[in-house]
Amino acid sequence: MAKVKLTIDNNTVEVEQGTSVLEAARQIGIKIPTLCYLKEINVIGACRLCIVKVQGARSYMASCTLPAAEGMVIWTHTPGLRQARRMIMELILSDHPMECLTCMRHGRCELQTMAESLGVRDIRFQRVSKTMYEKDESSPSIIREPKKCIYCRRCVSVCNSVQTVHAIGPQLRGFNTVIAPPYNLPLDKSVCVNCGQCSLVCPVGAIYEKDDTDRAWAALADPSKHVVVQTAPATRVTMGEAFGLPPGTPVTGRMVAALRRLGFDRVFDTDFTADLTIIEEGNELLHRVKNGGVLPQITSCSPGWIKFIEHFYPELLDHLSSAKSPQQMFGSLAKTFYAQKAGIDPKDIVVVSIMPCTAKKYEALRPEMEDSGYRDVDIVLTSRELGRMLKEACIDLANLPDEEYDDPLGLSTGAAAIFGATGGVMEAALRTVYEVVTGETLGNIDLVQVRGLEGIKEATIDLKGLPVKVLVAHGLKHARALMDRLKAGELKDYHFIEVMCCPGGCIGGGGQPIGTNSEMRQLRIDGIYKVDSAMEYRKSHENPAVKELYEQFLGEPLSEKSHHLLHTKYTGRSNHPEIGE
Amino acid sequence: MNIEQLTVLRTAAREKLLVRDGEKSKDGYEYHVLVCGGTGCVSSGCKSVRDTLIDEIKNRGLEEKVRVIVTGCLGPCNMGPIVTIYPDGTFYQRVKADDAVYIVREHLEQGRHIEGLMYRSPETGKLQDRWQDIDYFRNQKRLVLRNCGFIDPLSLEEYIARDGYAALAAVLEADSPEKVIDEITISGLRGRGGAGFPTGLKWGFVRKAPGTPKYVVCNGDEGDPGAFMDRSVLEGDPHSVLEGMVIGAYAVGASQGYAYIRAEYPLAIKNFTYAIELARANGLLGKNILGMGFDFDVEVRVGAGAFVCGEETALLESIMGRRGEPRPRPPFPAQEGLFGKPTTINNVETWANVPLIIHRGGEYYASIGTEKSKGTKVFALAGKVNNTGLVEVPLGTTLRQVIYDIGGGVPNGKALKAVQTGGPSGGAIPAKFVDVPISYESLAELGSIMGSGGMIVLDEDSCMVDLARFFMDFVQEESCGKCTPCRIGTRRMSEILTKMTQGRGTPEDLELLIELANVVKNSALCGLGQTAPNPVLSTTSNYRDEYDTHVKEQKCPTGVCPMRVAPSRVRK
Repeated sequence: MAKVKLTIDNNTVEVEQGTSVLEAARQIGIKIPTLCYLKEINVIGACRLCIVKVQGARSYMASCTLPAAEGMVIWTHTPGLRQARRMIMELILSDHPMECLTCMRHGRCELQTMAESLGVRDIRFQRVSKTMYEKDESSPSIIREPKKCIYCRRCVSVCNSVQTVHAIGPQLRGFNTVIAPPYNLPLDKSVCVNCGQCSLVCPVGAIYEKDDTDRAWAALADPSKHVVVQTAPATRVTMGEAFGLPPGTPVTGRMVAALRRLGFDRVFDTDFTADLTIIEEGNELLHRVKNGGVLPQITSCSPGWIKFIEHFYPELLDHLSSAKSPQQMFGSLAKTFYAQKAGIDPKDIVVVSIMPCTAKKYEALRPEMEDSGYRDVDIVLTSRELGRMLKEACIDLANLPDEEYDDPLGLSTGAAAIFGATGGVMEAALRTVYEVVTGETLGNIDLVQVRGLEGIKEATIDLKGLPVKVLVAHGLKHARALMDRLKAGELKDYHFIEVMCCPGGCIGGGGQPIGTNSEMRQLRIDGIYKVDSAMEYRKSHENPAVKELYEQFLGEPLSEKSHHLLHTKYTGRSNHPEIGE
Repeated sequence: MNIEQLTVLRTAAREKLLVRDGEKSKDGYEYHVLVCGGTGCVSSGCKSVRDTLIDEIKNRGLEEKVRVIVTGCLGPCNMGPIVTIYPDGTFYQRVKADDAVYIVREHLEQGRHIEGLMYRSPETGKLQDRWQDIDYFRNQKRLVLRNCGFIDPLSLEEYIARDGYAALAAVLEADSPEKVIDEITISGLRGRGGAGFPTGLKWGFVRKAPGTPKYVVCNGDEGDPGAFMDRSVLEGDPHSVLEGMVIGAYAVGASQGYAYIRAEYPLAIKNFTYAIELARANGLLGKNILGMGFDFDVEVRVGAGAFVCGEETALLESIMGRRGEPRPRPPFPAQEGLFGKPTTINNVETWANVPLIIHRGGEYYASIGTEKSKGTKVFALAGKVNNTGLVEVPLGTTLRQVIYDIGGGVPNGKALKAVQTGGPSGGAIPAKFVDVPISYESLAELGSIMGSGGMIVLDEDSCMVDLARFFMDFVQEESCGKCTPCRIGTRRMSEILTKMTQGRGTPEDLELLIELANVVKNSALCGLGQTAPNPVLSTTSNYRDEYDTHVKEQKCPTGVCPMRVAPSRVRK
């Protein structure tokens, strides 16, 4: 790569050709202010805070979109630039409701931080903000509050280019512009898959998860209810972040202790049903292979991915495994198997999930999800919401002792833990399928080919003469690429595909800590594999509690009872917004 | 059609048009009656004039002797509907349907000219019989408008008769693409959309840019309030634009072109689309143009009418089916334009200049105009001026010549106060600069821009605060909403100006307005935002006293602003 040399504030810097002036400046310790910029995702020069003075240019230029060029001379904080930046911030604030003290993002708001660092102390403009756009609470997962929007468009870029869903974009124009679904329809009338990646990148409180903490508090306070909680695989490496621990720190035992202190009657683990998913889904795969079923089989535990395929590739729905997600398997077992065993009337059981995911809120509400005879999962909280509850309850998770999950839905394996990272379901499934098919013990169980942040990963596993070809995709852009290949008939030789909606898998889910980026994703993935390797059991079929469940309740994998409680079906949907209602 | 056939066709076509040069035609017609069918004349009723003419000609049995032709816009809209009769060139203005009967019986049957419908010089009171004699036309130099109002825009033959497609034939026959670019460079032609970028230079960038296919685009999204230069050319002489595009495509190596025309211009879309079909059917467009092995085709894309889509990067986004929003440059369209490929985007008037430059030579074109601003420019003259309409003058002509010699001065003996050029992106030039020759540079020095050619004349009764408010209201609605300074800044400027016109402004507001205008100018993303404050900046610097009177004494010196508004009507 060719290098270019430029001068920024009298300092010379040499960078690779194609580097932006903004990134070049960062390399020499000059941090030009930004609001809309999101490296490699949203580079559009919209907020104009990163403007710089370029020698020879008529006007200031946005450094985020300006490629560094040989001999360029740049200034970043002339009096004119400082005045312009302050005034731009003043303009943004003149169009902002200033409800900071009651805002979801109070204290963690990029606009607040930036206004402070630019030294804006006074707003000289008439403060007319856009109150005409009401809060959109139509979605069970995501709340939009357009009046707080600062039009950085990070959410739009993530939705368009990372997820290729195109659920939201700018509507109308000028001062009346609003970031919304087409025709300014409510979100539940759009193709939004509830992944919540938008909420991870919003610099302010304009788009965020639906808050269900009040419902959880009410259940905990109700003496007539038996409240059980399940914790998703990915939460055990992210729950520490809200309490100052580095991303990826495993906090499984501390999280259990925290949940117990919060008042849950039983603390169970979604990892238990993750193991169960492997047994059901693995057997389904073997069944398809033996009986000439539809192949490749595609995983179905990511609800954002499910809604995506329902909208955009309904003709491929037969490829999906009929196995429910671990969250939903847990819900239907909690209100049947566990209720029987504990002698509790299932109507008095409240199932709460701690999830890395906003789409799980939507999944729990799907009409299919009441096979127990009751709503299988009652309340879904993202890891962000649990963080807020713990803080409100004065529970300092970081400094708690480790505690163990309760029986019988608390025992799990390393195979279940890695569900939280992209490639994890595939690796877990292959660990089991290998041993079931070959009858031999797998020596090296680390299938590193399917690990990591590469968008699409591929592996072939030799099952004693039967080569099994698998693919792994995470982030819907990559899922879309695979589905296009599948549609074109290019994936006929493949047996199994894992798809996770969010980049990095669930550790990068839309319900995870704000500011999730590639570095944080990698640290969390590292944490997940640390958890795996420290487990006593590392293959789902070795989980004694799962064996017991089959012996005592389900019979065998794919039994009638399994089918009734643990499997489901999917619905094709239109990929156009629903208008005219 | 090949080049030889084109030449044969031209000879025959010319003979049919001789009557319009004052000679005897060989098509058997004694008279050609030209009815201006420009949008201005359509709205003043030219269609019933045309129908009555045709009916009456039939009634009097004159069909063999008289041919009626509907042309594009001739220019002087306030004189419409206009009927011109050849071979004499007699110019009848403000013709009504009843007058049409009279024209047939008196002029066409008896050969008697009708004085009552003729133009009378407001100064001398003398009748001016032929259109060429009228000051309005006499002081123009009609190069781009050479065919507008003179030919049937739906006739390929008439365009060919007027040397149409001769430039294309010459280029394909004898010139390398580089030679074409050289000729355009020699001519000194600069972008007529407003920014004035040298066209030859732009074409050279695209020619050299790596990547295929390459595209040429015609910007017909003319959005300035009151501007209709491009509309008139597309309506009245569509082939000149098309021929320009084919020549441009040959020069830069493009195989596909797009003409982006706003939906509010249905006649322009219709005539241009028809021109494409005719050209394609006659081997002037499509595969193997004129048998010379060059392939190029053009598609029309209809814009939904957003001012910002006139900005080149927004226009390209719109053609690609996305929301019309500008994106930062670099990369420039010449490097990464339409569908990420090298793209030449020029405005309608620029394209219409191309065949003329090739046909008459770059040197000829460069002999017109000033040192740095060559050729002619079409303006849409409007406001407080006696003759409104389209005018074309050599660059270097003074504002005074345009307003007085062509426009006939300010009505009712009022004094000239200022001229707003460049539409909402331009500035108000005070009357004291009326003798400055018009060029890209001189207008910029005066705090305005050439723009696409809007020219609004303001008299002593015009309030400059109100003028700035008008344009800022327009721009804040037309901002795409992408960048902060434009989205919120133009809105806040409009609010402050409204406050001033309602008698609620303060001296602090005025300071804030000027500060804000400078910030928006320096920091907005695209040309629309960067030029949006021009009306404010030019009026606050030239008419500061008028602003002071508004904000210190709560008075509007011209009495235009309401200055008192019931509290319930104050915009919240």
